Amino acid sequence: MFRRLPEPPARRIGFSLDGVAVQGAEGDTVAAALLALGRTACRETAVSGAPRGPYCMMGVCFDCLVVIDGLGNRQGCLVPLREGMVVETQHGRRDAAR
Amino acid sequence: MADAAIFDVAVIGGGVVGAAVARGLLGAGLSACILDEGDIAHRASRGNFALVWVQSKGLGMARYGAWTRASSDAWAAFAADLEAETGIDVAHRRPGGFNLCLSEQELETRRGALVRMHNQPGWIPYDWEVLDRAALAREFPDLGPEVVGGLFCPLDGHVNSLRLFRALHASFKAGGGAYRPEWPVTRIAPLSAGGFRIETPRGVVEAGKVVLAAGIANARLAPMVGLAAPVRPQRGQILVTEKAAPFLHYPIVTLRQTDEGSVMMGDSAEEAGLDERIGLGVLSVMAERAVRMFPRIAALNVVRTWAALRVMSQDGFPIYDQSEAAPGAFIATCHSGVTLAAAHGRLLAPMIARGALDADLAPFSARRFDVPQTA
Amino acid sequence: MRRLTDVGALREAYDLVIVGAGPAGMAAAVEAAGQDRAVLVLDENPGPGGQIYRAIGTAPLRDPRVLGAAYWEGAALADAFAAAEVDYLPGATVWHLDDALEIGVSAGARSAVLPARRVILATGALERPMPLRGWTLPGVMSVGAGQALLKAQGIAPTGRVVLAGCGPLLWLYAAQCIAAGAAPSLILETTPRANWRGALRHLPAFLATPYARKGLALMARVRRHLRVVPHVAALAIDAEDGALRVTWAEGTAFTADHVLLHQGVVPTLNLARAAGCAIAWDEGNACFAPVTDAWGTASLPGIAVAGDGAGIAGAEAAALRGRLTALEALRALGVLDEAGRDARAAPHRAALARWSRGRAFLDALYRPAPHFCAAPPDAMACRCEEVTGAALRDAARMGATGPNQLKAFLRCGMGPCQGRMCGPTITETIAQERGIHPREVGYMRLRTPAKPITLGEFAALRKTEADRRAVERR
Repeated sequence: MFRRLPEPPARRIGFSLDGVAVQGAEGDTVAAALLALGRTACRETAVSGAPRGPYCMMGVCFDCLVVIDGLGNRQGCLVPLREGMVVETQHGRRDAAR
Repeated sequence: MADAAIFDVAVIGGGVVGAAVARGLLGAGLSACILDEGDIAHRASRGNFALVWVQSKGLGMARYGAWTRASSDAWAAFAADLEAETGIDVAHRRPGGFNLCLSEQELETRRGALVRMHNQPGWIPYDWEVLDRAALAREFPDLGPEVVGGLFCPLDGHVNSLRLFRALHASFKAGGGAYRPEWPVTRIAPLSAGGFRIETPRGVVEAGKVVLAAGIANARLAPMVGLAAPVRPQRGQILVTEKAAPFLHYPIVTLRQTDEGSVMMGDSAEEAGLDERIGLGVLSVMAERAVRMFPRIAALNVVRTWAALRVMSQDGFPIYDQSEAAPGAFIATCHSGVTLAAAHGRLLAPMIARGALDADLAPFSARRFDVPQTA
Repeated sequence: MRRLTDVGALREAYDLVIVGAGPAGMAAAVEAAGQDRAVLVLDENPGPGGQIYRAIGTAPLRDPRVLGAAYWEGAALADAFAAAEVDYLPGATVWHLDDALEIGVSAGARSAVLPARRVILATGALERPMPLRGWTLPGVMSVGAGQALLKAQGIAPTGRVVLAGCGPLLWLYAAQCIAAGAAPSLILETTPRANWRGALRHLPAFLATPYARKGLALMARVRRHLRVVPHVAALAIDAEDGALRVTWAEGTAFTADHVLLHQGVVPTLNLARAAGCAIAWDEGNACFAPVTDAWGTASLPGIAVAGDGAGIAGAEAAALRGRLTALEALRALGVLDEAGRDARAAPHRAALARWSRGRAFLDALYRPAPHFCAAPPDAMACRCEEVTGAALRDAARMGATGPNQLKAFLRCGMGPCQGRMCGPTITETIAQERGIHPREVGYMRLRTPAKPITLGEFAALRKTEADRRAVERR
């Protein structure tokens, strides 16, 4: 569980996560928004399929990989959240077409 | 210094060539050690492209075509043996391989080369074919619009070369072989009673036979035992992407998807001495050609690039020899250590164990470079 | 500062390119600006600040007591950077640097390769990996990650939260969470008791520093709010019923929702190594660092390393080291002569000496235990390729004596993180297995791309006829 501390809260940003309409906040990266929503796992690894979630939040570990707007293996912690983004769990190896 | 360890045979070089030969020698009942350099060394085995490739091998030496073919035919059993011994699946596949051409001129040049190769005297024929764009598109639904045609040979395949490297070492160790990394050989001295004394900064080894499988370093080592290895480094560069879901079900000579999902590209050749630096321009040409062949892969992330040094002889063919001055000293050097691994382990090693190379390996002797060009 | 939005807005060439907009990069830019030389700052984050001053202009937690005075002191430097006459491209990944000072940069899925006359690498530090069993489980993250969330988004972990490891950042983060009203449950402190022996002789110098008192007060505050278990010598994490079971001694465990790990920071080596700069073991910080001189100049002409990327010394020192590298760059670019450079450098050197006092104490005290640096058999050593400590040790016994041969045996270090998460672990694990010093093991070779870029970007780079001939020869 994570908690957003700021009062008053930041402007909400609507996006889609695995097909479900959800909200993040202005200033979020995709990875931060997922964590705030309680999603500690965002992908399954390409080797064993083990679940993983963001580890470093600074662009180093490549464990926050997600599919963003159809492009696979994007580092969620480096991508600012935008209104209307389509975010999906990265299931194992990336499809070469996306 | 402690007394020298004594082996039936010492193999110098622990890359794919040396490890395959050494493992084969253990299998022939000899006691063997591998003397290798350390973590930092010019290692072609760490930079190879992992094809088990037949279709373009042998123009200029029919015997090389047959040797390559024999290795390719032996590969499935070789891989099965390795897996049985070590539990490591080296992912050998032989679905046939392609050479894709991006212009009519490229296609004609390559087709012409294969026609000439197959018309050589002494050539043992095998199937290959020229495919037009429509035929290729049936095999590759994602084929780029610029591909005009290509060549196909059902004998071609590929492996996971890093797992091959590990499996060879695991098998060698399990078979009782002595692997000595960071024992760079400084001197090899034939002994008067037969056999060799091999010196390294870390210690001395004595062996009845010695096999030089040290890649580029063979050029330095060979004269110590009356052999010649006129080889030079030739730089090749490779790009590799992140792991993708399987989409490419055949190896292409310049492009393959590994069993783990990465897409590898690499077919450059540069004369750059021992310079192992990459060059962005060459990598870009390889990337551009790959994207023209399969536009969908443009979005894949490149995770690694590297350059490594091929071990090239003057004519590009392997050198296999036994020393006349110091019998028992053998050399094995080539640039296609993966393709030839099965031949080295199953055919060459038993010859070395017997103490004589078969007569049909005579064309690979370095003495071929002594003959003045006649034609 | 001229803020650029894409690589298309870059000039064809720059006199000075600074990689990184943390304290070292910002300070270098401020020092080098306004001298009629074209200066470019490239940074991966959406705004300046680096890790220490992350989101300095946009942090949502405005109460200065939460993130603390040391954080907000970054605002002055960020303001000076904003006013400096330099080009600044945020959201930019530098993926290539070579000895000809060609820089490959990607932003918005487009790449450019541009030449520089001088390069300053201010790419900072990253957290030293802490390879425990279970450190790859969702819910486990680094303390630095927790702090990044707190700074940039005002997000804190709640529920049962365990901090484990050692180092000043661990204590600072605990204090920040407490100030934010989100106190963690437990700290498992892994500093070995024996470290005090080595640290004691540096204690008088440390106590004379202004931050000694602040640090001790901060630790006392943390201890008042939560339980601290000292001298933890073993740690493992297991998933259990949707939670994380943290075990630190026989029969002693705690069930947590989040576990945050930390055991100090190490220099980011990737670009320096890809370019071919020499590195050497830094015994004080127990890690490899680029070889640099008093001006931060690396072993390759034209390349300097500033800040924690050249060896860990903290944010204030990083800014000063950034200024020194910039002054040397200005000398090399013909703006300053040696006397002018030295004169401008003198106050920075004096300040750097002040900030360096007491550092040896922290380094000695918080030196991580070797058994937390090497991967135990049941821990993932390489997170990308999923190579365990057991596999590393097997391969080392099979004869892979160094990290580059280990790659060939196991693929460890060959995934997208480019060895950032496993490099130190692999060196330490081989050292432990072979019974030798990590210095003798060496560090894995790091290559282009320093971070992944798309194949399409590679395909679009400039090529010469010779490049084409090297590939299309047949």
